[in-house]
Amino acid sequence: MAANPLVHGPQQPADMLLRDVHVLDPRAGVDGRHDVRVRAGEIAEMAPPGTLGHQPDEELLEGQGRHLLPAFFDPHVHMRTPGHEHKEDLDSGTRAAAAGGYAAVLAMPNTDPVLDSAPLLRSLRDTAAREARISIGFLPCITRGLQGEQLTEMAELRQEGAVGFTDDGMPVQSAGMLRKALQYQRLCGGVIALHEEDPTLSRGGCVHEGVVSAALGIGGIPTISESTMVARDAALAGYEDARVHFQHLSCVASVDAVAHAKAQGWRVSTEVSPHHLLLTEQDVRSMDTRMKMNPPLATEADRQALIEGLRSGTIDCVATDHAPHAREEKEVPFEQAPMGTTGLETAFAALYTGLVLPGVLDLKLLVQRMTAGAELFALPTAHVVPGELANLTLVDLDAEWVAGERGWESRSENCCFAGRKLHGRVLLTLSSGAVVYRERAFSVVGA
Amino acid sequence: MTMQHLLSIEDLDRAGIERIVEQAARFAEVSDREIKKVPALRGRMVLNLFYEASTRTRSSFELAAKRLSADVVNFAASGSSVEKGESLKDTVLTLSAHKPDAIVLRTPWAGAAELVSKWCSAAIVNAGDGKREHPTQALLDVYTLRSRLGELDGASIWIIGDVAHSRVARSNIIAFQRMGAKVTVAGPPTLIPRGIEALGCDVRFTLDELPSADVVYTLRMQRERMSETWVPSLREYASWYQVNGKRLSPRQVLMHPGPVNRGVELSGEVVDSPQAVITAQVEAGVVVRMAVLYELLAGASAPSTSPSSGRPEAAGAAIGERQPA
Repeated sequence: MAANPLVHGPQQPADMLLRDVHVLDPRAGVDGRHDVRVRAGEIAEMAPPGTLGHQPDEELLEGQGRHLLPAFFDPHVHMRTPGHEHKEDLDSGTRAAAAGGYAAVLAMPNTDPVLDSAPLLRSLRDTAAREARISIGFLPCITRGLQGEQLTEMAELRQEGAVGFTDDGMPVQSAGMLRKALQYQRLCGGVIALHEEDPTLSRGGCVHEGVVSAALGIGGIPTISESTMVARDAALAGYEDARVHFQHLSCVASVDAVAHAKAQGWRVSTEVSPHHLLLTEQDVRSMDTRMKMNPPLATEADRQALIEGLRSGTIDCVATDHAPHAREEKEVPFEQAPMGTTGLETAFAALYTGLVLPGVLDLKLLVQRMTAGAELFALPTAHVVPGELANLTLVDLDAEWVAGERGWESRSENCCFAGRKLHGRVLLTLSSGAVVYRERAFSVVGA
Repeated sequence: MTMQHLLSIEDLDRAGIERIVEQAARFAEVSDREIKKVPALRGRMVLNLFYEASTRTRSSFELAAKRLSADVVNFAASGSSVEKGESLKDTVLTLSAHKPDAIVLRTPWAGAAELVSKWCSAAIVNAGDGKREHPTQALLDVYTLRSRLGELDGASIWIIGDVAHSRVARSNIIAFQRMGAKVTVAGPPTLIPRGIEALGCDVRFTLDELPSADVVYTLRMQRERMSETWVPSLREYASWYQVNGKRLSPRQVLMHPGPVNRGVELSGEVVDSPQAVITAQVEAGVVVRMAVLYELLAGASAPSTSPSSGRPEAAGAAIGERQPA
């Protein structure tokens, strides 16, 4: 019997009455104001607003019509543990996730040492069982040491609780190697998540190849570096009838390749990051190292294709690719800086501000896509329905805030949205029935 | 017109470029005197901070600063704390403790000059940031061309060679166009970056139309590019892109930022021909860099020097236009 793939630290189940909240759960078909009672961590009752009486042993929270959503799921975060705890650890990283309204995340294996063996996975899950504020699952490597040459002991890793496998940060360059992993998946299961990049095309580059790379004299990464690999691996997945997930799609051609694969009935899914949905290569002109990520920010046409893909369902879910780096690592010239932006604390507000408020995306659709990752990895999806474990996010859609103005829960501050005025703020998050985040008000005498 | 730093040639509009070039012309007269020094920057300190090997740019800046009577400190990254792992930021903070008035910065990284300008109060001169820009090279090239052609308006300038890896190309494409010239870049398709046309230049992959050019500006073809197979061989490169006696017409001006690979991008005969202004470019380097340092440092806060003390005539005009920083 395999271990439960999600693990979290010690928690106290909540007893709480959320009075007059606007429940929006696209899957349950709920979109209206309710009183919601949570008892011992479970959603116990939902009733018309003002009809549930407050019981003395529960916390009363006046919702005033604010939105209560199924808590978000992020299938792609970097918790930097073990080895890079100066960037993030399981406590700070899951705190950041909770502050962003997430009830569960999946962590990538490009740590030091890389997560490629069952003893390492066991040790990391033990740590998570002490430190993680929310549920966390792990995707160990496809290949040992991320070297692309030999499979990890995937079956044993699965027994030890691996959600799936990925060499994220590195592509599986050899088609033959990937094919073996896809074949082996028949034995052990587990979604194989792929960072798609052809290093022979991307080498030497650190921004999107185009007008901005030409103007800055910085090496460009052509979009074909990603899209040719998506097309190749989709075909491999089709041939082997394997289940693969393409990570952080960034360009038109990749969206097209995924659409083609889905039209063939191949078992592929994909994700897109808030930064690729909201920013373009033009944001790199300033050479702000927080805008340096892999894959790089591409053109407006690419951005529009990603939005359209998310709307149509070609792109299944939103994933932040939360990639913390220490200040001194990012406070260097652009070409020297490591790739990555943090994203957990801003994802919902940035997408709500950038896509929902201007009428580009429906709020319902955004909520669906920010919670859809769980099912893709065969994990339980949050539902705002009586009888379910409380995985809930309460947001104030009217709240305005400046990203980073009150600091970050994450240990790192390399957020590409820092300093931007955002609408929509997470007030409260419940994960697996426990309150894991509550917006704090800071007041001092005399202020 | 205020200029706090020279980080990119984009910091200067046409009037700004003209102002510096005209100031450089006035300094050129000083260079012809027996005593080549003026006391304009007496008591000021210029720090040359070079993270890449450079003989000509560094010595050109050093000479320019010394001719303005500034104190000069040279800091090369090799053999220094940088090799012990000190970051750019810490190096700049440390050197800033010596209170330089200007830092002349050469690094292999795009945008480094902008970063450094945020970390200290000195005026920053970008002397080359990675493959991005080399604004004083563009200014000295404009100066050289104006001495030769007069105005650049309507002139056709071809920039030939490894545009992808050339900071000179990027700064010059912008500067030449600002001065009214029409710029064409030409070279092997592997070395012409996708998207370069967005800077406003035309792109050609052969030299077939080179006769239409008024100015032929060749770039250095770096030998290390061969190992990365950007071109099949230097031999093939030379046969397609070398500017030689057969390709260069007597009415064209030939430029090169140096150092020249004779027999690769240029044949020996054209380097030595009357069309070549390559040594004039080097000469221009000193006076243009004098003008840049003067523009940045001899502002309102400069120690007062009377006109009789050797300061070039009419230099006051440049100062008069400055707003308090």
